[in-house]
Amino acid sequence: MSNAVEFDNIDVIFGDKQAESLALLDAGKNRDEIAKATGNILGVANVSFDVPQGEICVLMGLSGSGKSSLLRCVNGLNRVSRGSLRVHDGDWMVDVTSCDANTLRDLRRKCVAMVFQQFGLFPWRTVEDNVGFGLELDGMGPKERREIVREKLALVGLDQWAGKYAHELSGGMQQRVGLARAFATDAPILLMDEPFSALDPLIRNRLQDELLDLQEKLNKTILFVSHDLDEAMKLGNSIAIMEGGYVVQHGTPEDIALRPANEYVADFVAHMNPVNILRGRAIMHRVDRDQRNDTGELPVEDEDIRITLQDGIIKAAHNGKRGELRLINYNGELPADLDATDNSVIFVADDTVLLKDLIEMRSITQNPVLLTREGRISGTLGRKEFFESLTQTATVAD
Amino acid sequence: MEWLTETKIPLGRWIASLMDALNEHADFVFYTISDVLEFIIENTVDLLVWLPPFLIIALFGVLAAWLHKSWKLTAFTVLSLLLIVNLGYWEATMETLALVIYATLFCMVIGVPLGVASAHRPWLYQALRPVLDLMQTIPTFVYLIPTLILFGLGVVPGLISTVIFAIAAPIRLTHLGIASTPKALIEAGKSFGCTPRQLLFKVELPSAMPSIMAGLTQCIMLSLSMVVIAALVGADGLGKPVVRALNTVNIAQGFEAGLAIVILAIVLDRICRRDKSENTGQ
Repeated sequence: MSNAVEFDNIDVIFGDKQAESLALLDAGKNRDEIAKATGNILGVANVSFDVPQGEICVLMGLSGSGKSSLLRCVNGLNRVSRGSLRVHDGDWMVDVTSCDANTLRDLRRKCVAMVFQQFGLFPWRTVEDNVGFGLELDGMGPKERREIVREKLALVGLDQWAGKYAHELSGGMQQRVGLARAFATDAPILLMDEPFSALDPLIRNRLQDELLDLQEKLNKTILFVSHDLDEAMKLGNSIAIMEGGYVVQHGTPEDIALRPANEYVADFVAHMNPVNILRGRAIMHRVDRDQRNDTGELPVEDEDIRITLQDGIIKAAHNGKRGELRLINYNGELPADLDATDNSVIFVADDTVLLKDLIEMRSITQNPVLLTREGRISGTLGRKEFFESLTQTATVAD
Repeated sequence: MEWLTETKIPLGRWIASLMDALNEHADFVFYTISDVLEFIIENTVDLLVWLPPFLIIALFGVLAAWLHKSWKLTAFTVLSLLLIVNLGYWEATMETLALVIYATLFCMVIGVPLGVASAHRPWLYQALRPVLDLMQTIPTFVYLIPTLILFGLGVVPGLISTVIFAIAAPIRLTHLGIASTPKALIEAGKSFGCTPRQLLFKVELPSAMPSIMAGLTQCIMLSLSMVVIAALVGADGLGKPVVRALNTVNIAQGFEAGLAIVILAIVLDRICRRDKSENTGQ
């Protein structure tokens, strides 16, 4: 897979003594020392990693860790002091750190769209005109614009609200407008700066789910800033944890949870009970993406179990020793009529289910848990994956 | 103390000789400006007076009804303007209206761009601020004298004095509106690829619009407050009967003309003011 965004030794200094501050940075000074010597603020220091096309990469850290500063470099809202930041769209490549104003404008109009924490909607524009803003800037006529705007509003479920003003909508709906606005230009790269932090937990959760659903359809490259590990684990294909301007660890959610790079990350993970953070998705044995819509039999290795699939939907499961297994769909609660242990059942759960709930399921049956996404199989959680994750998170929690 | 008063700094004389020099060498400039402005304003007044009063009153009524959808305001507008006709001040009211319209027009045409420019350039605002303070605080009569010398008697020195007095409001309020555009909106505009021009017209100006409109209504009010002073240098309008009433101690005339000014002020203010409940605010 090709990269959509490449950070290459990025430093960001806010202030007018750039050279002086960079020299101090090279001499190994930290943010406070640089601020004391020059009055300039170190935003981002020596960041290098790639974001592959089609992935959600979450930048995570406490406030002031530089995650937003880094995100804003991608579309040039922040100026990069040193290093190179390349954005790819197909064969088109732009180095944001050195391109001219016209190229940067092109990049913002066609290639990189942004969603803001406080929504950033224009209060004097209707929902429709807010969504069409990017297209309008690019000179598209009102007729064509209208059609695209309606389509994007339908995508976020707001097509009935086109004529309203932003302040007439609830927070969650306002951010849906923000999403539709970012989708409108069909930019392949999406920057999201703590987009759900201003919303209450229930709405936040729902919008996260909606974003994942949309991502399955649209397959964008998303850079997502968050201070919430739970959110990062849920959304991210990869997570970059930042501290004091540096990326201290960049890896998959499993990496972060199971193999924290240093004390800071370990602390982060440990302070939240991993059993409450880790989701099936992060620890499961993945079923290949192209097998997820299969019809036929799928073996679960080492467990002597065969699953019968129809278009990726689990129809039956068969254990070599115990015969046909009863499928139980887990919807947040265990069925009341179940015995304390029953090895003739097998659980099917959405792959966003928490490890905590998986433990509960495993306490009843020795069979693996089958995980699904949108009803189709996405992974299995056998004895091996299960104990591996448990023992390793246990060491993390220490 | 004597050493201090011995040689007086000839500040006043410098200004006077500057005016003399201007009057001597550049008088054609001022006379041309004066002639053009006078021509425009007098023709406007002629048009307003030539039109039947009922047509203009109806226009005001329709404007009030259309902009504010309030029958109370519409009724007030129509009735109070009819009262002016009844009192016999219609022509003077139209003369004042023309003066106010042009003074406000000049103030906005000069003031809004200046306000925008000074919001984008802090040094310009720093330079402008003392000038604006000066224009608002210096007694009107002081600059009435030089404008009188340069532009001659009539409506033009009245207009110029009015503009000098009122222009600070739109400059300040435009500056305030543009400078306080939320940073999030500026960033949203930039991140979708605004050119600097688009950023101004599609983000900053709409965001500053409530403030700019407040500048407009203030400008109208300040212009109206100048009509009596404008009358002193020969501008026609509602100021004239007030001045005449003052000279002849005519309470009846003074009160009636004053009431007409107040009515015009209230009508213009209510029509131009934007309701808070409209969907344009933040």
